[in-house]
Amino acid sequence: MSELTGYLRTDGRKGIRNVVAVAYLVECAHHVAREIAWPHRDRAHVIGFPGCFPNAYAQQMMERLCTHPNVGAVLLVSLGCESFNRYALEKVIRDSGRPVKSLVIQRDGGTRATIRDGQAWIESTVAALAEAPRVPMDVSELVVGTVCGGSDGTSGLSGNPAAGRAFDRLVEAGAACIFEETGELIGCEEIMAARARTPELGDELRAAVAKAARYYATLGYGSFAAGNADGGLTTIEEKSLGAYAKSGASQIAGLIKPGDLPPRGGLYLMDVVPDGEVRFGFPNISDNAEIVEMMASGAHLSLFVTGRGSVVGSALAPVIKIAANPHMYERLAEDMDVNAGRIITGAASLDEVGEEIYRLVLDVAAGAETRSEALGHAEFILTYKSFEPIGPACLPA
Amino acid sequence: MTTTDTRLLLLSDADNVLVARATIEAGETIVVSGTPITLPARVIMGHKLARRTIPAGTPVHKYGAPIGTATEDIAVGEHVHLHNLKSNYTATHSLDAARAGAEGQEP
Repeated sequence: MSELTGYLRTDGRKGIRNVVAVAYLVECAHHVAREIAWPHRDRAHVIGFPGCFPNAYAQQMMERLCTHPNVGAVLLVSLGCESFNRYALEKVIRDSGRPVKSLVIQRDGGTRATIRDGQAWIESTVAALAEAPRVPMDVSELVVGTVCGGSDGTSGLSGNPAAGRAFDRLVEAGAACIFEETGELIGCEEIMAARARTPELGDELRAAVAKAARYYATLGYGSFAAGNADGGLTTIEEKSLGAYAKSGASQIAGLIKPGDLPPRGGLYLMDVVPDGEVRFGFPNISDNAEIVEMMASGAHLSLFVTGRGSVVGSALAPVIKIAANPHMYERLAEDMDVNAGRIITGAASLDEVGEEIYRLVLDVAAGAETRSEALGHAEFILTYKSFEPIGPACLPA
Repeated sequence: MTTTDTRLLLLSDADNVLVARATIEAGETIVVSGTPITLPARVIMGHKLARRTIPAGTPVHKYGAPIGTATEDIAVGEHVHLHNLKSNYTATHSLDAARAGAEGQEP
């Protein structure tokens, strides 16, 4: 099975891509970062944090993302007066053995001079990364996330359960798989807790969903967009049960929070709802925020199931897009990697599409380009949050 | 169980709703649990119809699990959606009011 190869990092993890991360450290540096990356945008991906106020979560997320296994080098772009701790970030990257350079717009001569310096660095770095050796890699070394977005009444019938079958195959092969959005698991808490490795972990899963329910109740909206209702979904618990199908049927090995690395293979729930009193607004303002958090926990790639038809990809880690709705697939075929709508029309079984997704995961891990990669999608979003560390019952031995 | 149109999918024996696996036009007569029903409006793929009578105040089941509570009595074959089903957790936000008069959009 193992024709996989990866880029070996000093922490022992392996990457399935070898990109340069161009990271802006405040929105004021975003334009300069984008201009720097543009000529090599297939190999240089823009990530960053827009806020000027410091935030421990954002700092940790940026550290995790800049040392993600798919990242081979990092260019930090600072305005100069923002609160983000670029010194700590640069040290973490340097200690990881990656080439890193910091540009400071206020120090380095403004927009044009910084873009020129940045592009020159990217030019030589991309060339060096292209020659980096690849080493053998096993399926069990993969971390795969799953997300659904633009859901409708078909998502829970076709795309999500098919992604679940692929997850079952990956977990069986020893990979770590992450499903998430506890706000979209409201109503599933009991059936989910019954799949936990230990009763104590089951309690943690229940508590995570209860926290999400409280959080969304305070905000006044569930994680439910108007298009979900047009597509036939009526309530948050109905949407949840459909989304829950992405997790497959494996035992749940643990509960992690964004940035926690799965300690071994198995299926993990990611708790994405902040701890403490409700602050900073909605937990994840759009689908890419969820993909970013799974990347921060090491996801090499993610499975994105969509009914209404999301077209996004992601910076740093490929996104495999699975169309749940056969009508949507006809309109957006160019954006979709898998047509799970065939399950609705009766042209394919859940097992067949699950197998197709599993094989595609291996192909993409081996270097095959996803549709969103080919179309140049490299979305990224990171906003304010705060978390407490997970408790000891979350990762049973 | 009595016969049901093949375009309607039963996800779990415990369910009291069926899911449309294709869009079914208004005026078509379809069989739901042995009862012929003439559809008063188009049923869009992914939407739900009542498999049996669902009294107001009782749970609606899909995937074998509760997805909310009926807010009025629902007859066999009736469309089950925002007008007669509410969440037991948080209220559902939709643009239906803003789009008043416009027909449901094909998903």
